[in-house]
This record gives sequence, C-alpha cells and structure tokens, in this order.
Amino acid sequence: MAGGTEMKGLAAGRPAFAVVRRFAAFLGSLLLTFLGLTAVTFGIGRFIPVDPVLAVVGDHATRAVYDKTYLAMGLDRPVPVQYLIYLRKLVSGDFGQSVMTSRPVLSDLMQFFPATFELATIATLIGVIIGVPAGVTAGALKGRWPDHLVRIVGLFGYSMPVFWLGLVGLFVFYGKLGWVSGPGRLDVAYDDIVTSRTGIILVDSLIEGEWAVFRNAIAHLILPAGILGYFSLAYIARMTRSFMIEQLSQEYVVAARVKGRSFWGAVWHHAFPNIMVALITVIGLSYASLLEGAVLTETVFAWPGLGLYITHSLFNADMNAVLGGTLMVGAVFIGVNLLCDLLYKIFDPRLRTQ
Amino acid sequence: MSEPPLIEVEDLNVSFPGRGGLTRAVRGASFSLGRERLGIVGESGSGKSTTGWALLGLVPRPGIVTARRMSLSGTDLLSLGESDWQSLRGRRMSMVMQDPKYSLNPVLRVGRQIQETYRLHHRSSAAEARRHALAMLEAVRIRDADQVFHLYPHQLSGGMGQRVMIAMMLIAEPDLLIADEPTSALDVTVQNQVLRILDDLVTVRGMGLIFISHNLTIVSSFCDRVLVMYGGRIVEECKADELDRAKHPYTRALIRAAPSLASYQPELSVVVRDPEWLA
Repeated sequence: MAGGTEMKGLAAGRPAFAVVRRFAAFLGSLLLTFLGLTAVTFGIGRFIPVDPVLAVVGDHATRAVYDKTYLAMGLDRPVPVQYLIYLRKLVSGDFGQSVMTSRPVLSDLMQFFPATFELATIATLIGVIIGVPAGVTAGALKGRWPDHLVRIVGLFGYSMPVFWLGLVGLFVFYGKLGWVSGPGRLDVAYDDIVTSRTGIILVDSLIEGEWAVFRNAIAHLILPAGILGYFSLAYIARMTRSFMIEQLSQEYVVAARVKGRSFWGAVWHHAFPNIMVALITVIGLSYASLLEGAVLTETVFAWPGLGLYITHSLFNADMNAVLGGTLMVGAVFIGVNLLCDLLYKIFDPRLRTQ
Repeated sequence: MSEPPLIEVEDLNVSFPGRGGLTRAVRGASFSLGRERLGIVGESGSGKSTTGWALLGLVPRPGIVTARRMSLSGTDLLSLGESDWQSLRGRRMSMVMQDPKYSLNPVLRVGRQIQETYRLHHRSSAAEARRHALAMLEAVRIRDADQVFHLYPHQLSGGMGQRVMIAMMLIAEPDLLIADEPTSALDVTVQNQVLRILDDLVTVRGMGLIFISHNLTIVSSFCDRVLVMYGGRIVEECKADELDRAKHPYTRALIRAAPSLASYQPELSVVVRDPEWLA
C-alpha cells in the first residue's frame, strides 16, 4: 500500500464492452447453476427406487397397460436422452402432469407456492423487525440483563418443536381465546370472493378492496406466521448479537465516541451499517429455508403450501410433481442468493467492483 | 495565574478487575499541561494509552478510574455526566488513533465522517457542514478535497487516511488533542509529512497536544516536555531536549536500547528491570 500514488481506485473511464462482458458472464453462471440443478433433481428422480409407472397406473393394472404406459412415458430410452427431453419440455414451461392432482405441475406450483410465499414473507418480517433490534441490544449490552432476556427467549424459540407450539397456539388462541382464526388460509365463507391474481390472498384482496377478506386472511395467517417468525427471530437475534459484539470491538466505534457520539449513536450509526452484509446473509438463508415450505407448520395449520405439496407428492411417488417442486425450491434459493449479492454491494462499498 | 492549565491530573489511577484481582494500568499519575506539546513514552502496557482514554472518559468497561483531581480548563472531569462527556468529546478534546485502516468507518464516505464531528457539536445546515469539512480537508493538505470527500476509507492510502483522521478529529476545533501513536502505522516517508501537518495545526490553533509514542526520537524532537511511564507510573518528567540527560535508570535504559545508525552495536542493550521502580 501507500507508496507513490496517493489515491487508489478513483473511477477511470470504463469501456462499455466490459460491462456487457460482466453481464454475459453473470447470465452464463446463472444458466449453468440452473442446468446443474435440473441435472441433480432429474438424476435423483430417476435413480431413487420408485416405479413411476406404478404410481400412474396403480397396483392392479394389467401387464399390457403397464407396458403401454412405460413406453408412453419414454422410460425405454437411455437416461441421458430422457434428460434432454425433460430439459426441452422444461424450457417450454412443461413440468409434466401431476398424478395426484391430474393437473399440470406448473399450475399446481403457481397455486401452492404463493401460499408459502405469503407465510414465509410475513414470518421473516416478524423475525427481522423484532430479531434485529433484539440482537443489536443484546450485543451492545453483552452480559447484562437484556442480553440474558434475549438469550432465554431465543433458546425457547429453537428448542420448542414447531408442531407442539402450533398445536398449543391453536388450542389457546383459536380454541380458548378466539383471537385468531383456525387452520387454512380463509374461512369457507370467504372462499372464492376475490379472484386469484397473484395467489397471495393479502395482495389479491387489497387489489379488489375486499377488506373483510383481507382481515380474515390476516386472522388465519397471524398464528402460523407468528410461530415461524419466532423461530427466525431466535436465529436472527442470536446471529445479530454475535456480529454486533465483533463490530463493537473495532476501533472506528471508539473513534465515533471520541467525536462525541453517544453509545447508542455509535452502535446504530457506526457499528450497525457494518454488520449489514453478514445480516443479509443470515436473513436470506432463513427466508429461503422458509420459502421451501415449512412442512410441519403447514401440516398443523392445513396451510396449502409448497412443503405440503412436495411431501404429499413424495408419499404418492408423483415424480413430476416432486421434480417440479424441487426445481422451484432451487430457483427460490438462487433468486434469494442473487438478491443478497445485489444488496451486499449496496451496503458495502468494498464489494463494489471497480 | 488567571487562566487554569488546560489539563490538571492528580493521582490518577485506572484499574481493571479480573480473575486474578485488580490489574492496575495507571498508578497515581499526576501531571499538568498548558498549550504545549507533551510527549508520553513508555513500552507497551505502561499505561500511556490508558491515561489518554481516562482523560476522554472512555476507559473500557469494567475499568475503574479514580483521581484526586482531573480537570480540563477548570472543568472538573470527575463529576461529569454522560451527556456532558459527549458535548466535551470532539469539541474540547479529541484523539487521533494509530491506524486509519481501523479507526475510520469502512462503509461510510470520508466526507460524511468528517462532517459528522462538526454536526454533532454545531447546529448547522448540511451545506455549511460540508463547507467546513472541505476546508478542513484542505487544511490537512489534501489536494482535490472535492474528490476525496466522496471516497471510502479503503480507497485512501495510509498517509491520506491519517490526514482524514486528523481532519475528522480537529474540525470542531478542540483545545486538546491526544495523539496515540499517530504515525506508527505509516510508512516512514509519510510519517514526517503527517507529523508536520499535525504540528502546524496544533501551533496555529494554539492547542494542547499529548503525544503518545514509543518512539523516543520522534518524541524528543517533536514535543516540549516528556513524561516517561513504566508499569503505570510516571517515573520521569523532563524537557524534551534534555531527554538524553535523563536521570531515571529506566529512561536511560530505554535510550540505550534504541539502535543507532551512527555507531556500531554488535548487540542491542536490553532493559534490566528493577522492582524498586514500582515501589
């Protein structure tokens, strides 16, 4: 460092083709990731000891019917050829038919994923809005009572089994107190009032101005989202605390105090912006894992989400549905990762390419 | 004398409770300071930095600070509340730390960090704070202040970073600056440059300076007076240009231990400690 030049990295004129090249490289890597994802899901789908034909025709089908279906499904061809056919169909948006629902897998996903998306997003919001300030406070007051409080609440968060917490929550808040609505996304009376545009009931009912539906959807959502949010809160608060402790030992925090900043001013204005990158990673991971569907919660609350869909498909050896669902989960992870990468650069100038 | 001295410290003790009992970082230090340059030298752990932190009221938890007297221009520092400390820090005394790589916030633009000190102590518009910050950048002899204003710390060289640090700590025009090894993280070639800038600003603004260092040569040429600390005690106080005639055996040993280019020493001398020094 230092040496002759005084300034490093003052923006020099950047040729336009470099930008294009960077973008192309980015698209290429994205494509490669998806290709890998399809290969892995397809491979697993073909090599697990499940007979896809049997899943379609049932146990009692005759040999002739079985053979005909076997040929119709293209299972006589070599596996690489099957993969290429599968890929070509994927590209045209054809994920195949679900045996269980006898509908195209894609329309199933379009129906089940928004339910999970709605739940995961609200849960993550709860986790971030409460978990981050709790973690920052705990880290800043390390070893004092707010720290212990956050630790105890968090410990309870990740040691309670979710199905137990769900059932108890339903028993208390739905059964006894009647503060929230029961399982499902809406009361039967509110079904089919709003047309499904996004599949996210909160959004759809807002678009049509159906406040009664919106309120009912909230009443159904709040308990499962609260329970999932509690888990992500516990995780986010614990991680935020340790990021904060690390940053608060840095010299720039003391420098801010020397300048006349208050303790909390230094915590929030100086240390906090420095934990953003790590924090985004943690929030992204927790959000992505919620987006793949929380099977236990969805089961307890009869929530028609992705987790429930994939699990039921697996029980029925419905391979098209399983592959489609897995692909969806993979795509969600890639999407969340991309979003995180983008956010990193906004929050940390050192990560911006020069 | 009508005006009280800038800093008066009497019997300052700083200790840290730990498993093995109290660790006493500073033991009964007393000194005073006018608008002059006071050097504090001593080896690592001798309590020189801790003395600086105590003056700023920033001794880290769970440190305990006691003194018979500690005042800044007559203001009793021992009875200050937290909000009084905050309006004092940055405005009336300030500190330049060792390495700009760590002491500047990596995710905030340089200009914003300099402005911040100003805005913490003056009610001012954004434009006014910006004007002051730019003027301050020029005062620490940064060319293209406009451009540097928008850079992030990682885009600066070490010498430039330290000048930004100085700008940030002097913009609210404090009466006292504590410089804690301000040049030891810098290349030798830029050390002098930064020292000269520091010296000019301190002289022009008539500030008091406490210069903490383990570099005897820099201290003796740069300061008016020198305190030598050992094991938390001030063992010697003398004029900087009389440092080579110091009496205390520890100071003499320190001077002897410094290598010299002028004469050939087959072996560097080692400080032989006498428990008597701490008695």
